[in-house]
Amino acid sequence: MTEPLIEAVNVTKDLGSGAAKVAALKGVSLALNGGELTLLMGPSGSGKTTLLSILGCMLTPTEGTVRICQHSTAGADPEDLARLRREHVGFVFQSFHLFPTLSATDNVRLALDVRGEPSRAARVRSREALAKVGLAHKTKAYPRELSGGEQQRVAIARAIVGNPSIILADEPTAALDGENGQAIMKILAEVARERGHAVLIVTHDPRLLPFADRVVHIEDGRIIDQQPGKLQ
Amino acid sequence: MPLVFTLAFRNLFHDRLRFIATVIGIVFSIVLVTVQMGLYLGFGRMVTTMIDHASADLWVMPRGTKCFEDPSLLNTRERYRALAINGVAEAIPVVIGFADWRMPGGAMTPVFVIGSDLRAGGLQPWDLVEGRIEALSSPKAIAVDRSYFDRLGVSGIGATAEIRQQPVRVAAVTNGIRSFTTTPFVFMDVDRARAHTGVPSGKATYLIIRLNSDANLDHVRRQLMSDITDVEVLSPAEFRERSRTFWLFGTGAGAALFAGALLGVIVGTVVVAQTLYASTKEHLNEFATLRAMGSSRRYIYNVIVWQALLSAVIGFSIAALVSDVVVRLTAATALPIVITPGLIGGLFLLTIVMCIGSSIAAIVQVTRIDPAMVFTR
Repeated sequence: MTEPLIEAVNVTKDLGSGAAKVAALKGVSLALNGGELTLLMGPSGSGKTTLLSILGCMLTPTEGTVRICQHSTAGADPEDLARLRREHVGFVFQSFHLFPTLSATDNVRLALDVRGEPSRAARVRSREALAKVGLAHKTKAYPRELSGGEQQRVAIARAIVGNPSIILADEPTAALDGENGQAIMKILAEVARERGHAVLIVTHDPRLLPFADRVVHIEDGRIIDQQPGKLQ
Repeated sequence: MPLVFTLAFRNLFHDRLRFIATVIGIVFSIVLVTVQMGLYLGFGRMVTTMIDHASADLWVMPRGTKCFEDPSLLNTRERYRALAINGVAEAIPVVIGFADWRMPGGAMTPVFVIGSDLRAGGLQPWDLVEGRIEALSSPKAIAVDRSYFDRLGVSGIGATAEIRQQPVRVAAVTNGIRSFTTTPFVFMDVDRARAHTGVPSGKATYLIIRLNSDANLDHVRRQLMSDITDVEVLSPAEFRERSRTFWLFGTGAGAALFAGALLGVIVGTVVVAQTLYASTKEHLNEFATLRAMGSSRRYIYNVIVWQALLSAVIGFSIAALVSDVVVRLTAATALPIVITPGLIGGLFLLTIVMCIGSSIAAIVQVTRIDPAMVFTR
């Protein structure tokens, strides 16, 4: 059996302090494997985003352990966590978070630039990543010149260009219409299956279920259910 | 082009109005500092112009003389003691002092008389544009600068006036010998200078010492100090420094100029800091995204520092052009602004340091970025 690419064991996370302290996660265990697309579903305030932040090395757990590609996050300082994100994790956000002053190519190239990849090679790889998501003809376009679906595809290109083992997506289709949402999910499913990445998608949208290998339900800081998806 | 530079450039130019405000702030700051420091240098040169143009190896002066314009007197019999010292070739008396100049129409204006032994050539007028030095040896002959013609009510060679009720006639005209006090210089023979300033015969303000070519300056200086009482013996460099120190720091003029320069630096720093802080705040979401993508803090600092450097280079370039115009406009005034290569280099360095220093607030802000905020925005 292969090692999971990312694994959280008995993770708890307290947010705030004193009287305002809230237990956002209460002993969550979750493992993501390569080649698998997992949906993380749950109501607002259930702990989805907190779990995503911890799996994405943006937050450290109060208790429990997280291992990313066999590296533990225990005791890691913010720069160690940044290095883990840089090397192993790609993110896709609900509101894209593209840089409005940069072209599509440069937006994608940023993910390589922060890794110190030489400019020329990074430019070539960025164009290839844009071609992969069907935007070979929009490499010089700026975000304001792209539709929402195209912007999200640029964001996916940026997430995959560095070939990270793990892709974490926060409501990637929430800002898109149904057709664009389906197109984005197809790309993410391809990323998981063809590249062998572990893809975790936080969503409320039941229309995404057909793309999932697994569906994890979280509620009140606890995983209450894990089922195989309705993969079509 | 490195992407970090592109990002900095685009961030900076994204809000053009704010960028223009930043550049104006930097230009204002640097031009202000340039003017203040240029005035400082110009003032420093103006107060030593006579010392610079005197042909002296050493200056003998009454003890406690503060600057060239100090009217203390010494006995000219000391001249013979000086000449008796081995190695001294010449000891040329110089007399200076303020006097009243009466124009033919009767109007009066103060002048600063400089008298020297014209045959020996201790402190002669320079940059003559009309007449010759030799002509100053004739009775009543004086030299004035043409920039003071209107003040003195003269129009050139042959013009007459009175100094201390004694007639004088313009026999030579100079160009560009201006006084920082705005009181016109009038050059003449030392004996007539005594008569025009009321200095008794047998007295002089300075002795300009010239040495034989094989003389040892330190030895002669020690000898002069031991043989002549109540005088000081300074090299031209020391006399320059003393005059400069008196006028720049003894009078507070230098402190005022430095205070103005400091004000410029403060204004520039605050303007750039405010702009960088606001720009960083506006792009906080982007910096958080970079952080979420795994960029190091250093990468983000580089973006901010590049923004600061770009602001500095653009601001300095424009400030240099404006300063050049200001320098040209003041070139012919009583107190020209002087810019040296060293000052330009120093100002560029100051601009860089000021702008990078200004980025500290922005950097501190970025240090506190929580990458998880990208999920909530």
